[in-house]
Parts: sequence; structure tokens; C-alpha cells
Amino acid sequence: MKKTNQKASISLQIRRAISYIILIILAIISLFSFYMLFNNATRAHVDIQRGFSLLPGRSFARNFNNVINNTTILIVRGMINSIIVSTCTVMLSVYFSSMTAYAIHVYDFKYKKFAFNFILLIMTIPTQVGALGFVKLITAMDLKESFIPLIVPAIAAPAVFFFMKQYMESSLPLEIIEAARIDGSNEFYTFNTIIIPLLKPALAVQAIFGFAGSWNNYFTPSLVLTKATKKTLPLWIAYIRSADFTKFDMGQLYMMVAFSIFPVIVVYLILSKFIVQGVALGSVKG
Amino acid sequence: MTASNKNKTKHVSYKKWGYLFLIPFFLVYGVFSFIPMISTFYYSFFENYMSGLKEIGPTFVGFDNYIKLFTEGDLLKYFENTIILWVLGFVPQIVISLILAAWFTDTRLKLKCSGFFKTVIYMPNLIMASSFAMLFFALFSNNGPINLILMNAGIIKEPFHFMSSTAGARGLIALMNFLMWYGNTTILLMAGMMGIDTALFEAAEVDGATPSQVFSKITMPLLKPILAYVIITSLIGGLQMFDLPQILTNGKGGPDRTTMTLIMYLNNHLYSKNYGMAGALSVILFLVTGTLSIWVFKAITGQREK
Amino acid sequence: MKKKVLSIMLAASVMATMLAGCGGTDASTQTEGKASTQAENASSSLEEGKVVNIYCWNDEFKSRYEAYAKDLEEKHGVTVNFVIVANENNAYQNNLDAALQAQESAASDDKVDIFLVEADYASKYTKSEYALDVVGDVGLTADDLSQQYQYTKDIVTVDGVQKGTTWQATPGLFAYRRSIAKEVLGTDDPAMVQEKLSDWAKFDEVASKMKDAGYFMLSGYDDSFRAFSNNVSTPWVEANKIVVDDNIMNWVKQTKTYTDKGYNNKTTLWAPEWSADQGPDGKVFGFFYSTWGINFTLLGNSLADAEGEKAVGNGIFGDYAVCEGPQAYYWGGTWICAAKGTDNISFIKDMMYRLTCDAETMKKITLDTQDYTNNEAAMNEIASSDYSSDFLGGQNHIALFAEAAKKIDMSNISDYDQGLNEALQQTMHEYFEGNVDEQTALENFYQSAIEKYPELTK
Repeated sequence: MKKTNQKASISLQIRRAISYIILIILAIISLFSFYMLFNNATRAHVDIQRGFSLLPGRSFARNFNNVINNTTILIVRGMINSIIVSTCTVMLSVYFSSMTAYAIHVYDFKYKKFAFNFILLIMTIPTQVGALGFVKLITAMDLKESFIPLIVPAIAAPAVFFFMKQYMESSLPLEIIEAARIDGSNEFYTFNTIIIPLLKPALAVQAIFGFAGSWNNYFTPSLVLTKATKKTLPLWIAYIRSADFTKFDMGQLYMMVAFSIFPVIVVYLILSKFIVQGVALGSVKG
Repeated sequence: MTASNKNKTKHVSYKKWGYLFLIPFFLVYGVFSFIPMISTFYYSFFENYMSGLKEIGPTFVGFDNYIKLFTEGDLLKYFENTIILWVLGFVPQIVISLILAAWFTDTRLKLKCSGFFKTVIYMPNLIMASSFAMLFFALFSNNGPINLILMNAGIIKEPFHFMSSTAGARGLIALMNFLMWYGNTTILLMAGMMGIDTALFEAAEVDGATPSQVFSKITMPLLKPILAYVIITSLIGGLQMFDLPQILTNGKGGPDRTTMTLIMYLNNHLYSKNYGMAGALSVILFLVTGTLSIWVFKAITGQREK
Repeated sequence: MKKKVLSIMLAASVMATMLAGCGGTDASTQTEGKASTQAENASSSLEEGKVVNIYCWNDEFKSRYEAYAKDLEEKHGVTVNFVIVANENNAYQNNLDAALQAQESAASDDKVDIFLVEADYASKYTKSEYALDVVGDVGLTADDLSQQYQYTKDIVTVDGVQKGTTWQATPGLFAYRRSIAKEVLGTDDPAMVQEKLSDWAKFDEVASKMKDAGYFMLSGYDDSFRAFSNNVSTPWVEANKIVVDDNIMNWVKQTKTYTDKGYNNKTTLWAPEWSADQGPDGKVFGFFYSTWGINFTLLGNSLADAEGEKAVGNGIFGDYAVCEGPQAYYWGGTWICAAKGTDNISFIKDMMYRLTCDAETMKKITLDTQDYTNNEAAMNEIASSDYSSDFLGGQNHIALFAEAAKKIDMSNISDYDQGLNEALQQTMHEYFEGNVDEQTALENFYQSAIEKYPELTK
């Protein structure tokens, strides 16, 4: 008995050691990308062109001033635009996806199965498929230079819906809703005040995914926004990338990237406790 | 009798909420996705593009665009590229993610600092794909640090031109995809594993099951729904692969078009606003993705369907 | 606790910006509405429009304009609004096209008044009705334009009608390392070096000498491309058929030979390695460059310490010199076009005159920025002065440019130059690298050409 215990504990030690090694390697690779981005933001254009270096350069101030004092690049405005678009996108997407998932999870109605399968099917349609039609549509609706075509479509996010549906199946007992009904609570009110708070961990995880995705989105904004006052950060980064060769400045480019990555890291770290705690998904309990 | 009646009336009165709650989704989907999609499908039967500033067409041409795609372009080649790139990135991703998720949820292993690791592995996903590609381009360039290290270690004599070898370019794209997405996948799989009743694990432990037995006999089967979700969303993402190879290869999908993905090919048609060809390609893409997704879904959750 | 405070602050700021954002959209639609009614009033009384919209892809022109022509705004009582859309993924042209096509229905202050184009795709616009005749419509006189270099006019002239003007002339040249020239050729004098590089056969000879001495003649595959592609005998496309000119194939042959024999360092244009080859550790004899490249790109790349003083002693500052090279060519340049439907003709005329015809202004631009400007008289004046460049070891390169600019012949330009040049260079790289044979590379070229331009055939 004692021997097998010992054996088990040794094998546990070995497994633990292996996991630490692999995790540390992966963590280094992950953090290294960030280090390189920030490091290059401190280096001059020619130095970056000349090759790679682990040591920081001396051009941080110059790069920073180049970005901040550039009269064409409205970096603060761009930051605000990005924050507006990403925040609205995330809020709409998690709120309405939960609502949609809730409808299918809680209520029984004739077309429930159809609605569910339909959403699963449209999840498989690549976004680019409709790109050309999308541009025609928003031009016809006079929504160019507006954030609406970037934000509102987030209401219909099949992948978020599916995630929320799975989460509800594992963590949202129908009894709670029954109890609310007995208290005479209106369904919409129940959803907003009782259900949404219960979904918080899953909402947070999807908020992180969604925020990062929307923050870094170049494709759709590039179809919609051209005015300087409306541009989001990825559009400005593309702008620096395509600068005239005489003005092309990798230092400035990396500074801009570093600048734009900061808010998303902050949001991530605030919400990451939900990733650390984890959320339970699945319908396999009973 | 009265009780069940009561229940029934309750059901009827709540039904409308189900429909009501679905309205926003379907309304928005209808306007912003369905209408554009239908117009895309519609244009796939027309010859319609810009020659300079002149619009050619639209002229109805039936299935000509589709026929052109299959006879003139290398559609199958790009499909193959896309699948290869996806598989190369996805296989290590799912394997590593499964292992990490199992470690993180293993109550016996009790990893220290697991919070830190969980936080950090997702972080590459926060970097814009274009910036990430830029970094990799620098790291793996002909006189970049990777080549220097390999040369100093005596593994190679001449700098290896990663970007001009099929294996090199594909490998890099797969590696980047892996690094950007394994954290995301780990979080999802972890969520799935946490949804499994812990009583099952405890019972297995009492019965003296080894960790690998627990994993293959309990975790994997019960993880299937989430696994299906992960595989399908990843497959869809993989078939839509665009920005990484686009930026890494400067839009040319080199060498010899071996990293040209379907969406990059689609993007080439957008250059001339070729609504006809792009439409036809979109329809094919839709059919392929839909079929593959359903097939994968059936294959994984087949037993449970019955 | 700290975390909580932070998240509350974040939430608050998010709410604030959201509210601001909503308010912002309302406000802007309102002002737009106002603007359009104003504009209607303006056009009904036949006054000059109040807003001049200039479409461009970077801020180069903006800074030129602000430095040398900003005072015109006051004179005409207009505000200039730059609409800058990055070139990435063809976004600039896509946006410009959409705006031009909506020109008729756009409110007059939203109309495109001026747009900028590059030579490689200029004819797409000059052949359309959207670009106005700078003489007939805008009102510049033949006399005003007489000092512009002929090739800069040819590029934007369709059926004898000039539809754009530029403030730059961008003759190409060959910039070489004086120290390497002395060591291998025995002289670093630009005239003597030019003598040894005056045609491609001699150029190849020097290349082999460079190799023997342990240097590369050129850095990479694309360096000599423009010197060949600007001297073709047929345009890229004739009657919708793609024609690969013999001179283009000469480039392919030369570059393949150079690659196989190790005469070049296998880099690509603008790649970090290519830039590094121009620096202190570079082993490359020379680079095909253009006017603007000398003082902006080459100078920066030559320094050992980017933050240090730009003077002899920092890296290889002072070690470069320029000569004409084997064939005359040009590289780069931006043209100003007036858009059909503009309500600011008189402003446009004044601005075009100031920036592209006025000898005084153009001389000043050259002396201030070292950019080579598009005025023969002004440039000849500087050429014959004692002007010299420290970076080029005391050479007066303006004199060289003044000679070269006259020889450029751009009569074989086509609508497709940008897309086809790009596609050919990219597909040929794989042939040079040895990944595919020449035939496959050409097939790939045709394929991407037809994807870009569905109306073309092989």
C-alpha cells in the first residue's frame, strides 16, 4: 500500500515537473512577443531595419514625439473611437447573445429547434462572404463614416450565442426562473436583474474574446471609415505602414502598435480573473 | 389534472417571450448579414467588375463564373493550401490545449502560479494579427535572429530563406496561428472540463484509474460537445484564414502560391471589384464550410445525436 | 480593492466616451446637414465653395502644401480638408473611386476637389472624365507649364490634353560607394565611374569584378527593375493582351544571372536586409535610387548611430556618390489632379501654379528639403551654382539630376503599370530564389495579372 502511494507520488512529481517546464516555455514565448513589440518601440527606424536586438534603443522619446505630434494621425481621437466601437460591440454582443441563448434555453416554442439549427448553420458562414454586399448596403443606407455598421451587427453573434447556450446548460438551473415567476417578476425584468448577473463569468470570457477581436479588427472598419476623425487605431497603423518611403518609420510604427495594445491589456487584466477562475460549460451533468 | 393544466397555460403564456427574445438577433442578422449575402449570391451569376473607373456589366452569364473558377483558377490548390495551413496549426493547438486544460483542471496536480500561466497563454491573441506577422517576419528574416542562432549552432551554413520555401512559409503561418489561438482553445476546453461532474473523477480515483485512463475514458467522451464547438469554430476560422498569410507573404501567397488561401484568392478579386467572380467564390466557400462543419459535427457527436 | 477602483474608473470612462460618441454622431450629422444647405446657397449665388477636399494617401503633400501654399486659403476664403486613406490593400483607390462616382450627388462641400495619383496608375484617372484638363479647365497657360520636365507631362497627358501636374521630378540614378569604387575600379570620380557603367554590358563586367573583390554589385532582385521597365519598347498591354517586353525579360535574365553568380545579396526592395546593405556593414557596391531616396532613405541607412549627428564620421556618411547609370529612368512622384465637379477652380489654379509652376517656390522647396522639383530653369540654376552635398562627398547631384531628367521617356506607360509591375516582380522572385522555373513564374504572373484585371488576356 505504502509502496504504490510512493510510486504514485513520484509519478505525480514527474508530471508536475513536465508541466512546469512546458508552461514556462509557453509563457516565455508569449511574453517575448510583447517584449519585442515594446522594445522595438524604443529603437530608431534604421536600427530596426538593420536587425534584431534584445536591448532597448535610445529612441523612445523620439518615436513617442513623432506619434504624438503627428498632426495627421489623430491618435487620441483614434483611441477614443476604438474604445467606443469595441465597448459597444462587446456589450451588444454579449447582452443580446445571452438573450438569444436564454430564449432557446428557457422557453418552449414551435420553431425553437429550427431557430437553434439555423443559428448554428449561419455560424459557418465566413464574414467575407457578404463583404461586397455589405458595402453596397451601408452605402445605400447612408451609413458610411458611421460606427453603426461596425457596432450593431454584433447583436447577431452566433459563436457567442453558442457559448452562452452551453454555459446556461451547465450553470443555469431553470428553478431560479420558476422562483422568480412565483415572485411575480416580469420575464424581461428577470432576465436583466437575475439571469445576467448569474452569467457573469461566461460574459466576462466572451467580453475578452470579443473586445480583443473588435479592437484589432481592420477588415470591416476599412470598408466603412475613411474620415480622419472617425478612424480606429488599426486603420492608423495601416496608415503608418503604407507611409511614403521617405517617411516610413518602423520606430513610429512599433510605437503606435505599443500604444494601441495598452488599453486591450488593461481590459484583459481586469477581466482575466474570470479566465483564471474558469467557467464551466457543457450539458453533461445529468 | 389541474396541476398539469396549469402548467400548460403557463407554457402558452411564456411562449411569446421566446419569440420576443429572438427578435433582435434575427432582425439584425437579416439586415446586416442576410441581405448582403443574398446580393452576393445574386451577383455570382453576373459579369460585373471595374476596369479602371469604368464598370463592366452587370451582364447575366449564368454559371460562367463558377465554370471559370473551376477551369481557369487553381481553386482546388487554394483549398488544399487552406486546409493544410489549418491542420498544421490546429493539430498542435488542440493537442497542447487539451493537455494544458487537463493540467489546469487536475485537482491532484495542484499547479502553483496556474493563474499566471492561464493569464499569459491567452495574451498573444491580444496582438493584432498584422503586428504579430510583422514580428515574425523580423524574427525569421534572412538575417534575422532565428537564422543567426541556427547558423551559430552549426545547424545550417547559409541563412535559410523561410519565406521562399513552401515548408518554411507554411510552417511559420501554422506556428503563428498556433501561438495566437492555443490560449483561446485552452480556455474553452478548460471550461468544458470544469462542466464535468467532479463526482465522476472522484469515483475514478477511488477505483485507482491512472490519469491517462481518466482522460480517455471520462474527460474525452464528456468533452465532446465542447470539442465539437472548438473544432468547428476553428475550422471556420481556418477556412477564413486571411490576415496572417496575407501580411506575412505580402499578399502574394508565395512561394509559388502555396500559401494562397481561399480568402486571399477572394481578396484578389476584390482588387478589381469583381462582384461576379467574388460572388461565385463566396457561394462555393459557403457550401464548403457548411458541409464540412456539419460533417465534423456529425462525426464527433454522432452517437449522441441518436 | 485597487483592482475594483480601476475597473470602476474604466467603466466610468467607457460610459463617458460612449455618451460622447453618441453625442458626437448627432452633432456631426447636424453640421453636415447645415453644411449642405450652406453649400447650396453658395452654389446658387455662384461663389467659390468653402471647403476644398484633397484626397491623398499620406501626409507628404500636406506638409508641402502647408509650408508653401497655405496662405492661399485666406485669399480664397476656403478651408482645406485632407482626406487621407492609406494605400494598404488598394484602399486609397477604392475610396477615391467611390467618392468620384458619387461626385454628382454629393453635397458640394463633400465633393472631391483635388486628388493625388502616382505615375503607375495615373492613366486610370487621366483617361477618365474625372480628371480636369489643367489648361482648358483649370486655366494654367502653356507658358506656366513650359518649365516642367517633359516626362512629368507625358505621364498625365491623354490625347494631347494634360490632366495633372507635379511639383517633383524624380530622375533615377545609381548611388555607389566611393571607397569600393576606389578599391576595385581605381577611381571614385562620378564621371569616370559613369564611364565604366554606361551600358548594361559594362555594368555586368563591373559586377564580376566586384564579385572577385568580395563585394556585391547590387543588393537584391528588384534594384535594377525600373531602369529596365522604364525603357520598354511596347506598353504592358496592347488591345487587352498582356505583352511582356524584351527589356523586361532582360531584367529577368540579368537578375537570374546575378543571383546565380552571387553578384547580388538576394534581398528584396525595402526589406530590412536591403536597408542594412546600405549601412556601414554593407558589402554592396551600389543602389539604383531616385532623387528623393538620397537624402531621406539612403542617408538614414548609412549612419552607424541613428541618433547621432548627420556628418562625416557617423557610419559611411560621405562615402556615397551618384552617377547616371546604364539607362535613364525615373522612380516615384506624385501628381495633382483637379476633380470634375469641383467648385474651387480658382483656388486649384492658384495652388497648382504655386506648387508646380512657380520657379521661386520650387527653388525654395529644393533648397529647403533637397527634394528635386519639377522646374528646369530653377533646377538648372541650382545645378550651375556651387551647391554641393556633404553626404555625397561634396558632389553637386542636382547637376546630375538636371541632365538625367531630360532623357526620361515615358511614352510607353499603360493603365496597368502598377498592378503588372508589382505582380511580375513578386512572381519572379520565386524564379530567382530557385523555387520555380521561369515558365511557372510567368504562368503565376499571368494568373495574378488576370485576377487583378479581368479584362486582360495572356
